[in-house]
Amino acid sequence: MTGRGGTAPKLAPYAFVAPAVVLFVLVFALPIAYTVYLSLFRTEVKGLGLGRGSRSEVFVGLDNYVRALTDAELGAGAVRVVAYGAILVPTMLGLALVFALLLDEDRVRARGFSRIAIFLPYAIPVVIASLLWGFLYLPGTSPLNQLLDALSLPGVNLLSPAGIYFAVANIAVWGGVGYNMVVLYTALRSIPRDLYEAARIDGCTPWQVAVRIKIPLLAPALVLTSLFSIIATLQVFVEPTTLAPLTNSLSLTWTPLMKVYQDAFGRGDIYSAAATSVLIAAAMFALSFVLLRVTRSRAFGGER
Amino acid sequence: MRARLGGLPTFVLLVGAAYCLFPVAWVVVAATKSTGELFSTTTLSVGTSLLANLGELGSYRDGVFWRWMANSALYAGLGALLSAALSGVTGYALAKYSFRGRALIFNGLLAGVLVPAVVLAIPQYLLLSKVGLTDTYLSVLVPGVISPYGIYLARVYAAASVPEDVVEAARTDGASELRILTSVALPMMVPGLVTVFLFQFVSIWNNFMLPYIMLGDDGKFPVTLGLYTMLKQGNTTPALYTLVVTGALVSVLPLIALFLTLQRYWRIDLLSGAVKA
Repeated sequence: MTGRGGTAPKLAPYAFVAPAVVLFVLVFALPIAYTVYLSLFRTEVKGLGLGRGSRSEVFVGLDNYVRALTDAELGAGAVRVVAYGAILVPTMLGLALVFALLLDEDRVRARGFSRIAIFLPYAIPVVIASLLWGFLYLPGTSPLNQLLDALSLPGVNLLSPAGIYFAVANIAVWGGVGYNMVVLYTALRSIPRDLYEAARIDGCTPWQVAVRIKIPLLAPALVLTSLFSIIATLQVFVEPTTLAPLTNSLSLTWTPLMKVYQDAFGRGDIYSAAATSVLIAAAMFALSFVLLRVTRSRAFGGER
Repeated sequence: MRARLGGLPTFVLLVGAAYCLFPVAWVVVAATKSTGELFSTTTLSVGTSLLANLGELGSYRDGVFWRWMANSALYAGLGALLSAALSGVTGYALAKYSFRGRALIFNGLLAGVLVPAVVLAIPQYLLLSKVGLTDTYLSVLVPGVISPYGIYLARVYAAASVPEDVVEAARTDGASELRILTSVALPMMVPGLVTVFLFQFVSIWNNFMLPYIMLGDDGKFPVTLGLYTMLKQGNTTPALYTLVVTGALVSVLPLIALFLTLQRYWRIDLLSGAVKA
């Protein structure tokens, strides 16, 4: 405790966090502030819009926000992302939980192999993953259809307007299930083993141990993985963007973030893009806050 | 009950493993096929053109593919190294010192995780274009150095692996704070920082959005972006599909190698230090 009163520890932490804070301001804070600023403006074109000074930035208050909130395509995109998330998050976390619990069972075989194999897709770039699955979905190269064909069953087209939700969700499940499995498995390994022994002596089956002891103790890790998964879901962009060249079912504004990109670089309207960006970020903050609030007391057992 | 346990759970895990390995197996097989074979032969029958495909990929537009690979290695390798160092120092300071503004800094950093990459990349691009720095190596490299997630993990590791009394003992011996950081704390955090490095390496290697928005000159593209541009052209020139598939295989090999050799570092402890702190 001698250091507490000294002068060095008072300045040292500030010196240590300074580089990160400076970079954070440059890479995160400044661009975010600039986005908020842009969202309040619009380009006004005078006359034919030719020549210097014919275009100027004018302050329009919350106009861009009103237009974004009443934009039909943006609303439809939000609905599509929610539908996609409703398929993706429960499937991915459900599978991750099952795999983690199975890995934690001593009597299961091929655990090392399965753990690596299931985690491997995490190392594959989303663009590459989307591209691989894209080829696997294409009716011309799809092994699923070759199988169905061999069984004289009608083929399925996952690149159809309805199938596309499953097509995109499958890519995300494939890429994310291993990561979540490892998070949950790491949490499971930190539970004292004697808890299970006690339960076993009391006659609990492995199933009962999993449901009554392991899953409740995993609650904090499940909350965090759900939160990260939902955030990642709302940010979906790369998968549909990469699949788009292969199908007509994916418009360039399929998700809200794709619309932001189109607004900014397709139509050159950075002001609308900025307003939509702020709305998306605000929605994410609100959602995370509510989710943590609702689950905190339960998940952390009042520890905080 | 005990007897049945070995069979079904093992089966379920193996089905999961097969599902995860299938596309990887597919790309290995598909990379051996010529363009004609890719669209005509059965999925898992091996073709004859692997070497021809590799040769064609290497000579595609004067070897631009290998340039993309080198760019990716530079962005991910250097970026992740700097990021692990920065995360280590910051995470240690946030875990082991109590100082005014600590909660503000930590929460601010965490909030950074919530901002979508596109939302961030667009204003970053606009701001950098004002100072003429878009379409440069720095524009892709620098944002990769700061990782809120890496700092969060490093803080958890520092809290869990650097004992308070060791730091106090060093302090009593008269070591400066900087010396405690570099010769006591950081060495203890190395396994955790390797994990941070791996995550950041994968995340930069996989990053598509930032280079997609920042870069115009395809000589600076990372391999993900390069393959994407090839895929887009494949619409009009199907012969490129073969190259895209072969390129996809080559581009994931370094990641798979990194993954298998350093697999014991893939432990993701999101909680142990955080709950106690």
